[in-house]
Amino acid sequence: MAQVTAPSPARPVEVELRPAPPVDLGRAARLGLIGGVAMVLVAATGIVGTFQTRLLIDPILPLGLLFLYLLAFAFGWMAGKPPAALEGFAPARANSRNLVAGALAGALGGLCVGVLAALMSTFDLRGVFVQLSPQLLEILTFGLPLGAAIIAIVAISAVAGAIGAGVHLLPVRLKRSLLPALVWVMMFALFTDLVGQLFAGLSAEFLTDFLFTGRGGALTIVGAITVFIVVFVAYWLLGGRETTLRERIEAMPRGQRTRFSLIAAAVILIILWFVPKVMGPFVSQVLDTAGIYLLMALGLNIVVGYAGMLDLGYVAFFAVGAYTGAILTSPQSPAFTPQLLLIVAIPFVMIAAALAGLMVATPVIRMRGDYLAIVTLGFGEIARILFNSEWLAPIFGGAQGITNIPDLQIGPLQLSTPQDYFYPIFLFVLIAAYVTFALQNSRWGRAWMAMREDESVAEAMGVNVVTAKLSAFVVGAVLASFGGALFGAQIGSVFPHSFDIVVSVTVLVIIIVGGMGSVPGVALGALVLIVLPNLLREFSQYQFLFYGVLLIVMMLTKPEGFIPSKRRAQELHADELSQDAWLDIYGDKPTTDATTTEPPR
Amino acid sequence: MTKRRIHMLAVLGALALILAACGGGTSATTADGVTTTVGGDVTTTLADTSTTMADTSTTMAAGELGVIEIAAGDPIKIASLQAISGDVASLGLDQVRGIEIAIANKGEIAGHSIELAFNEDDLCNSEGGQTGATRIIADPQVVAVIGTSCSGAGVPASNVITSAGRILISGSNTSPVLTSDLAGNESAEHHDGYYRTAHNDAIQGAAAAKFVFEELGLTQVATINDGDPYTQGLTSAFEGPFEELGGTIVLSTAVTADQTDMTTPLTEASAAGAELIFFPIFQPAGDFIPEQAPSIAGLEDVVLMGADGLLSDTYVTLPQSEGMYFSGPTTPTTPAYEDFVTQYEEEYGEPPIQSFHAHAFDAANMVFTAIETIAQMSGDTLVIDLQALRDELGSMTYEGLTGTLSCDEFGDCAAPSINIMQNTEAEADIEAVRGNVLVTYTREDLGL
Amino acid sequence: MSEAISVPARPIRSASRVTPVTIFLWGLRIAALAVILYGSYQSISSGRLSGAQWRDLLIFGASTGSVFALIALGYTMVYGVLRFINFAHGEVFMVGAMMAFYVANGLAATSLWIASPFVSLLIVFVAAMTTSASLAVLLERIAYRPLRNAPRLIPLITSIGASFTIQYLVSGLVGPSTKDFPRMEPLRGTINVAGSLIPTSRVVVIVVTVIVMIALYLFVERTRTGKSMRAVSEDQETAALMGIDVNRTIVTVFAVGGAMAGVAGALWGLVFPSLNYFSGFLPGIKAFTAAVLGGIGNILGAMLGGVSLGVVESVGPSLVLAGYDIPAFSQLKDVVAYAALVMVLIFRPTGILGERLSRDRT
Repeated sequence: MAQVTAPSPARPVEVELRPAPPVDLGRAARLGLIGGVAMVLVAATGIVGTFQTRLLIDPILPLGLLFLYLLAFAFGWMAGKPPAALEGFAPARANSRNLVAGALAGALGGLCVGVLAALMSTFDLRGVFVQLSPQLLEILTFGLPLGAAIIAIVAISAVAGAIGAGVHLLPVRLKRSLLPALVWVMMFALFTDLVGQLFAGLSAEFLTDFLFTGRGGALTIVGAITVFIVVFVAYWLLGGRETTLRERIEAMPRGQRTRFSLIAAAVILIILWFVPKVMGPFVSQVLDTAGIYLLMALGLNIVVGYAGMLDLGYVAFFAVGAYTGAILTSPQSPAFTPQLLLIVAIPFVMIAAALAGLMVATPVIRMRGDYLAIVTLGFGEIARILFNSEWLAPIFGGAQGITNIPDLQIGPLQLSTPQDYFYPIFLFVLIAAYVTFALQNSRWGRAWMAMREDESVAEAMGVNVVTAKLSAFVVGAVLASFGGALFGAQIGSVFPHSFDIVVSVTVLVIIIVGGMGSVPGVALGALVLIVLPNLLREFSQYQFLFYGVLLIVMMLTKPEGFIPSKRRAQELHADELSQDAWLDIYGDKPTTDATTTEPPR
Repeated sequence: MTKRRIHMLAVLGALALILAACGGGTSATTADGVTTTVGGDVTTTLADTSTTMADTSTTMAAGELGVIEIAAGDPIKIASLQAISGDVASLGLDQVRGIEIAIANKGEIAGHSIELAFNEDDLCNSEGGQTGATRIIADPQVVAVIGTSCSGAGVPASNVITSAGRILISGSNTSPVLTSDLAGNESAEHHDGYYRTAHNDAIQGAAAAKFVFEELGLTQVATINDGDPYTQGLTSAFEGPFEELGGTIVLSTAVTADQTDMTTPLTEASAAGAELIFFPIFQPAGDFIPEQAPSIAGLEDVVLMGADGLLSDTYVTLPQSEGMYFSGPTTPTTPAYEDFVTQYEEEYGEPPIQSFHAHAFDAANMVFTAIETIAQMSGDTLVIDLQALRDELGSMTYEGLTGTLSCDEFGDCAAPSINIMQNTEAEADIEAVRGNVLVTYTREDLGL
Repeated sequence: MSEAISVPARPIRSASRVTPVTIFLWGLRIAALAVILYGSYQSISSGRLSGAQWRDLLIFGASTGSVFALIALGYTMVYGVLRFINFAHGEVFMVGAMMAFYVANGLAATSLWIASPFVSLLIVFVAAMTTSASLAVLLERIAYRPLRNAPRLIPLITSIGASFTIQYLVSGLVGPSTKDFPRMEPLRGTINVAGSLIPTSRVVVIVVTVIVMIALYLFVERTRTGKSMRAVSEDQETAALMGIDVNRTIVTVFAVGGAMAGVAGALWGLVFPSLNYFSGFLPGIKAFTAAVLGGIGNILGAMLGGVSLGVVESVGPSLVLAGYDIPAFSQLKDVVAYAALVMVLIFRPTGILGERLSRDRT
């Protein structure tokens, strides 16, 4: 029985702590089964088969099986995680029991895969599940006979799970160095084309030859080990600090922080200026696409992140911008061909987008959040159908779209290659970022955020909700239209197939995953979600599956995104924070991983 | 972040743009064509010849397109841009197989092996054609592209690929909009450097019209397309000759490629009194018309006719396609073709799944023969002059599986012959349907 | 802190004040009405379609609408209980249809299909219902239950993620190509109903829907489980205080909604025998429109809304758009459906039969 004395600010409470509860093996088993289902699905949807063609480290490490057992690793990690410290209990220390939990989870996962292999070797299931081919069976069983294969699978999964759980046993500094090193090796292996291009651009081809089997080939074993050691050592040396980079930046005094930001921004800008020249046309094309999505994400950020209105038909504004730009500049525009320069046409594009924004916003002024989402979705689809329709083909070109959009011309300069387009796209992104920042701390921004929190209260406080909603939509529409016009100019034509609902959802995923309301977060989101699938051909097939899973996982664990705005993170973890605040009165430090702040007293 | 800092960021950004524009050599206007070196160079520039009017393309002097140099031991790279996914995958896959067989049979050209460096998907729409083509020409070593499957993808692809100086030769594009109307008038989307071994739909439309009017004796026809250049081109090519023969087009309407509910256009067709519905579209939209037609009052006896887009193994096995007529290219009957089919079956475990495998085979071989003719050695390096390649393709005569191929000035190389076929039993396979020929029409029969 | 301040249930703006917004909305009402009336008049007076053909379009619309109505039940019940739109419900329907397809295919290879079509259909229905119900329950458990108290946007986004995940999982598992349902001979051909010939499959769809709806209505109104469902949708906390297991009730709601979607999936195979992984998306949105049209939370409203929407969608293009001589107006069918959604949500967001939700929880 714990002894509790009356708390006072001068004397912290002394409570005898009970021992931490042991790792729950039942939970580990459940996790293992879920992991098993996930592994089976990954195999059955063909991910393993497709990824298997990709060798990470020549000749031993193909991506398909690695991905499969990475799942076992992940579920082992979850199973072996020491539970969070509770009030009245000592913090848990990881021990061998955690390893057992991890191994159990992994083993059960492997067992599910083994069952799949057994089923595949007995029946031909390709009538229903098209991917369960003999080749896949060969991959899963390592070419062994069934009995031996199942044992092998279970064993490897158990080991993977145990290693996953073992991560918790490592000292912090080792963990902080080991994991990034592994991630870097994986990235080098996956992005061989990119790295090879980078080295070529820097005239350092000898590095390519040393690390890889050839340009675009896999990592050699020597290369993998080299990368691992270099990164490990780097992180080890830097890992001695206690605080994260973000905390240190925020701790700086105002003037120093400003200078730091300026220098960081300048450095980033200089690097970005060189990137297209060094990395070649293909990478520049991918970056252009990412830049356009980033532009749209910044616009949607205002509608969803600031004003709290979930717009699922955002692609309509993108389409309006693209088609307006195309009609005004292309000599092949069916209805009328003013053949303006894009620079001259931009104001008209903005007006068209603003009108579209008003058209969408006005009917939805009085709608509630969920209904708003569906209605905007409807508008997005209406736009796509109309652009694709035979009826409006005399204006929009129908299913064949509008082609021959001329290159962007700025004075005497003509931008034709993807590398060239990088700069105007990036300029527009900067403009959008500026607009975002300016609005955030302005009267409009605060009106939006008030409206987002509670519409009735905002109205009672004097916010004109109608104007706020309209303006949010208009600003978002204009930013998207920039993206559309640039998209049209860069690709050279606009086709209605490009304006599908998946574009709206992709932009939404970018801002959710990156961090709603935060510009660096959105940039990271665009980088991860656009650049990665485009650079990794195997991933692009399963792109939307990953998006869906990512959305679910993010919403369940980190709804504020990876680089959230601090306010947003606080809002979303408000329950935990207030709990911590209550605990803090008793002088205990909470061990959750929510962003903590000083509780009000 | 303070306002001042944001201003500075914007200024820096603008500065970056200006610096880039002034400093970067790659962003200045370049009027010359492709400049490539062995191994690929990051500073490749693309000629901006993106206007569509005929004159700029034809006034290019020889040699202006540049050359591709292939070092000793390196392969000659070609690419494939076909519809290999979705419900039209048979169309593209069939042709990819034809290309692969051509490569395997040819072996090598002037001591260099042949490599199929890209197997891109044209998605049977303009976006896929554009994206796939852009991806392919980013590799400066690709000499020729065999594709696209669908004319809709061919429109942007021919622009992109020919602007980069390379060859695009298709085994299944049939829309007149990519070449000419066969009466000497160049079409809007024709570009020099584009060729095809498949027929021009001006012929297929006329053949279908003649069949319906003369053989079936039907005079009231409704046409349905899906907005794609191929389907629209074919319905237009049908409507003109049909009305000249004396028939009436009672309805000319369109659906979208992903439309599943056909009751409205079918009801309209019934209300207009259609005796035959000509719907030269693709799957899956094509599945629904014969499925839903019997339920529409007034269409119980309507005759249904499709075209080569639906002549695939996945369509003719559908129970609802029983009794339908199809127009399509004539299947060759020569021993050379039989050998090809045997090889196809051995390699892929099934007979050809669509109708254009031989056309793709011929297209690939035409390219190989042309390269062989005009390629020159410069020391150890093989040099291919891209303009000479175009000239050769435009003037050569080639005996292929599908007949004697000789390209006119607008890229039509086929000696076209159209079969009208019928699917007389439910779940017939594609070979049976292709073999059930009712009439064959050649260009002379149609007076074109 | 003295007595509680009572917050009025309506927004502070009174309905009698005329703002620019109300003027605009009235203008929209009048314009929409004028467009519809003029177009309809032109179409009908031109006599392009005969009476029989209009009737056929109507019946077709009613049968597709019945399918929408069944899917709408899932939306309406979940919204009534949890106040959020389950975006993934369209995918629950699609999975049910996929299961129906594979079971039907399997049965069609046996003699049962021809010998006893009724039993075969029953098996297909049961399989589809079970699959859809299981998927719905799984969704609730994994994706929605942890987010019960999160701000409204979060579960909505999660459901979008779930929708995409299910779509592309199915695409990966069974392939993206279109699946064609096997034919069932007794269902081809027509039935003589009151002197006119109507395709049998459509009649079957309508009849099955009506039966299922009646069964569901009785279930919700007359049984204890139904009562607890109504209680939880009325006021969750009070229901819990009354001893109702809220979690179990919510699971039941998802299961029943899923089962309805499964029936819809099996029926889909009768009306539109082709199916792929994306087939759930549009019907899902249209079903939600139907749910709102009829009055969300209202089961009879779902039926009414579904059938109305189906009819509007089927007859609309031929009635309104054709009157303006719009070429290829069948392409714009979905525009009519979405426009109907927008109109309903602007002008009568409580639906035809009125909402059946509790007052907003503070």
